[in-house]
Amino acid sequence: MTALELGATIKKGDISAVEAAKFSLGQIDKYDSKFSCFVTVQDDVLARAEEVQKKIAAGEYTSPLAGVPMGIKDNMCQKGIQTSCGSLMLKSFKPTYNATAVEEIMNAGAVPLGKLNMDEFAMGSTSETSYFGATRNPWNVDCVPGGSSGGSAAAVAAGECFYALGSDTGGSIRQPASFCGVTGIKPTYGSVSRFGLVAYASSLDQIGPLARNAADCAAVLGEIMKQDKKDNTSVATDGVDLNAVLNYDVKGMKIGIPTDFFGEGLDKDVAATIEAAAKQLESMGATVEKFDMPIVKYAIPAYYIIASAEASSNLSRYDGIKYGYRADDFEDLLDLYTKSRSEGFGMEVKRRIMLGCFVLSSGYYDAYYRKALQAKALIKGAFDKAFEKYDLILGPVAPTTALKIGENLSDPLKMYLGDIYTVMINLAGLPAASVPCGFDSEGMPVGMHLIGNYFNETKILGAAHAYQQVTDWHKRTPAEI
Amino acid sequence: MAKTTSWEIVMGLEVHVELATKTKIFCSCTTEFGGDPNTHCCPICTGMPGVLPSLNRQVVNYATRAGLALNCEITRYNKFDRKNYFYPDLPKAYQISQLYLPICRNGGVEIEAEGGGKKIIGIHEIHMEEDAGKLVHDPWTDSTMVDYNRCGVPLIEIVSEPDFRSANEVIRYLEKLKAILQFIGVSDCKMQEGSLRADINLSVRPVGSDKFGTRTEMKNMNSFKAIARAINGESKRQIEVLEEGGTVKQETRRWDDNKDASFAMRSKEDAQDYKYFPEPDLIPIEISEEVIKQTRNSLPELPEAKRQRYVSELGLSEYDAAQITTSKYLVALFEENLAAGYPAKELANWIMGEVMRMLSDSGKEPEEMGFDYRYLGALIGMVQKNEITRNTAKKVFKAVFEEGCDPVKYVEEHNLKTVTDTGAVKKAIEEVVAANQKSVDEYKSGKEKALQYLIGQSMRALRGKADPQTVTAILKELLG
Repeated sequence: MTALELGATIKKGDISAVEAAKFSLGQIDKYDSKFSCFVTVQDDVLARAEEVQKKIAAGEYTSPLAGVPMGIKDNMCQKGIQTSCGSLMLKSFKPTYNATAVEEIMNAGAVPLGKLNMDEFAMGSTSETSYFGATRNPWNVDCVPGGSSGGSAAAVAAGECFYALGSDTGGSIRQPASFCGVTGIKPTYGSVSRFGLVAYASSLDQIGPLARNAADCAAVLGEIMKQDKKDNTSVATDGVDLNAVLNYDVKGMKIGIPTDFFGEGLDKDVAATIEAAAKQLESMGATVEKFDMPIVKYAIPAYYIIASAEASSNLSRYDGIKYGYRADDFEDLLDLYTKSRSEGFGMEVKRRIMLGCFVLSSGYYDAYYRKALQAKALIKGAFDKAFEKYDLILGPVAPTTALKIGENLSDPLKMYLGDIYTVMINLAGLPAASVPCGFDSEGMPVGMHLIGNYFNETKILGAAHAYQQVTDWHKRTPAEI
Repeated sequence: MAKTTSWEIVMGLEVHVELATKTKIFCSCTTEFGGDPNTHCCPICTGMPGVLPSLNRQVVNYATRAGLALNCEITRYNKFDRKNYFYPDLPKAYQISQLYLPICRNGGVEIEAEGGGKKIIGIHEIHMEEDAGKLVHDPWTDSTMVDYNRCGVPLIEIVSEPDFRSANEVIRYLEKLKAILQFIGVSDCKMQEGSLRADINLSVRPVGSDKFGTRTEMKNMNSFKAIARAINGESKRQIEVLEEGGTVKQETRRWDDNKDASFAMRSKEDAQDYKYFPEPDLIPIEISEEVIKQTRNSLPELPEAKRQRYVSELGLSEYDAAQITTSKYLVALFEENLAAGYPAKELANWIMGEVMRMLSDSGKEPEEMGFDYRYLGALIGMVQKNEITRNTAKKVFKAVFEEGCDPVKYVEEHNLKTVTDTGAVKKAIEEVVAANQKSVDEYKSGKEKALQYLIGQSMRALRGKADPQTVTAILKELLG
């Protein structure tokens, strides 16, 4: 059952929000010990469900998602609930305020089940760097779910929640969605408020939904996509009509495939699956065409420079002074800082902080950060040009399907290269989705990357929805579930 | 180096000014001074996880206003940058400031130069930024605590060119800056509350040299007197070092006003790398030509223009006009009463005389004058109408200044009105004459001094409430 189907059933009165919540809690009981999707399961779920049910009955909650149980990535602030970012540093942190996206989804009558696991401070592509342990891929527990929103993707795939909020800085929604066989979209930068989202890289971070299909994603996005005066970078999205997703036709749509996305390092099965998806869209009336986009090669270095630079600054506030982890013994102020941060952060976070400090340090700024900003502008320009010609751009989300647990942890560079297709979207600020489109020879899911122009979320999800009307990849579930 | 070298002091100033906005620069907390520790803060100004800054546009307006009043060019396309460093009073571990595109550039302020004439002090740039919190050391528990109330209070930093050559020039510049910023309403510039603080970059060089010496920086000076002492002390120290054949180290020094000496804080070698980069949480701010024009038109008459007008139109002396226009509050005292019809010169005399004296005696700044400004006019009015004598008026003014008394009521309550009944005056003087036969004789034998004594005695008998001229006339008449 999808989130919208459940929402409709609740609205009709066939089941109550409380029953739905009990069902989800049951699923969590059944599966979460195996997959470790949740860092926190809230103890007020049923109370919240009861309150929501009353408000639905009273006509206060009219959203098609009212009463549907969902999960929130553990980097979005929720009043009174531990918001750890998968880190020892914030293990003790309970915000006194809600993230705007959380506030909006609650206003739509959401029933949050708890906080979902993630790579520490959203840094990683496997959800293994979490202080709370690795999340497992429901399709194969020996595999990673992807990251950093691995808990969100795995929880949806395992049926532990009906949809989840994730965040995407360099592919953190799309890559785990691809690895776990669910649909996820990173909207246009600025379209969902970042207020209350614990920052990784401010100019790239964006909140978005992960769900069973494109229609659910559109419904969730419709609730959280609002301009927010608390986020100076948020923009008006009045022109985006997500209701139109359900009646979208790909006939006549022009889809471009960058040849550069099919270079070295791309898994054969993944390539074949994406080609097949392109054929499918073609058979539905879209025209598909290949084109060159050589700028791709600058994406990874530019991304890791900008993201690490911003991260090094954003994470400086975790100093052991005001909240969060503080080392037990320290000699003086410097020692307090050094020990608290050395002990409170994990390896990958420290690696990126150091990288970020290096590229920003005096004498290196021009060589790295300024160059990266120039590359960012070039990438944006290349996409602007491509969208003069195409409605959507199609490609793989990741070069491979889900890797085995531990495979990438020892080789960060390999892990960074896995972000090759996703990071450029964040650099350009564009919206893009991962849509299930098949499986590899091992039976692991593959997602196709649908990239649209700014504020073309409807086009992306509309095409995905049309695709999902004639395919059933998104309906498949792991054998165990 | 021979001890006969004469030295020139070269200085540049960085002045931090707290803007008079009601709320902080990136959140809606109050900017009010004081308050119990950590009561004027919220998740945003205390840097909690996930929060974002929202720019208070009034800060941009005030900074633009300041820039225009200080003859700067206004940057049309502005950005904020992050200045990263760890310190407990800085909860985000970065200060949102402006490095690459400061809001104002290339301005200047005219001051009286050392040794006469005018001199322009160049303003290199003005940028907007947020203030940090305050560390409070508790000796009782030997622990340091942080008060975040001041965190996020908007500041402008006014960076001058290295154009100063003496402590006097620095003080004149600061006085001028303070007056201008007060006049245009962007800051109260209360040095005692830290809303105007200066960092002084100082170096010395042999007179005639066109190369700058190595400079030191003294931070957060917040009184004119301390600044003057610090400049004299530090320049003397540098000259001594050089004359003894040493070299001045580039470093930050702390001026200890009690010890009358400066102490090294940190040297250039361990200077921080602030890792500046553009603030990604704030979008660029554009300031249109139209807004600049409106802002320019909305500026009040600035102190310099006022000073000239006071001289040319109101006939004040250069000195009086210059003094009065150093303070928005003295100007208000002057102009409010001028508008009520009191003569300019009389007002200027009062301000330059009694008002200045009371300020200096009480150690107060003009902004601390707590009385209704109209009372000065009322007092002058009573003198003009001969209701009180000038001497009585001075005494009454003390009460006005110190206690904010209404002078009209005060005069009545204390029965200070001039005795206008000539019969009563004459009677009192006759008694004095009768009781001081010796003085009368002396006067008659040509001793002028005796007359003064008799006038004094008569005034005393009349408790100062008679017009001294009338008293003199009556006395002379009685004495033939």
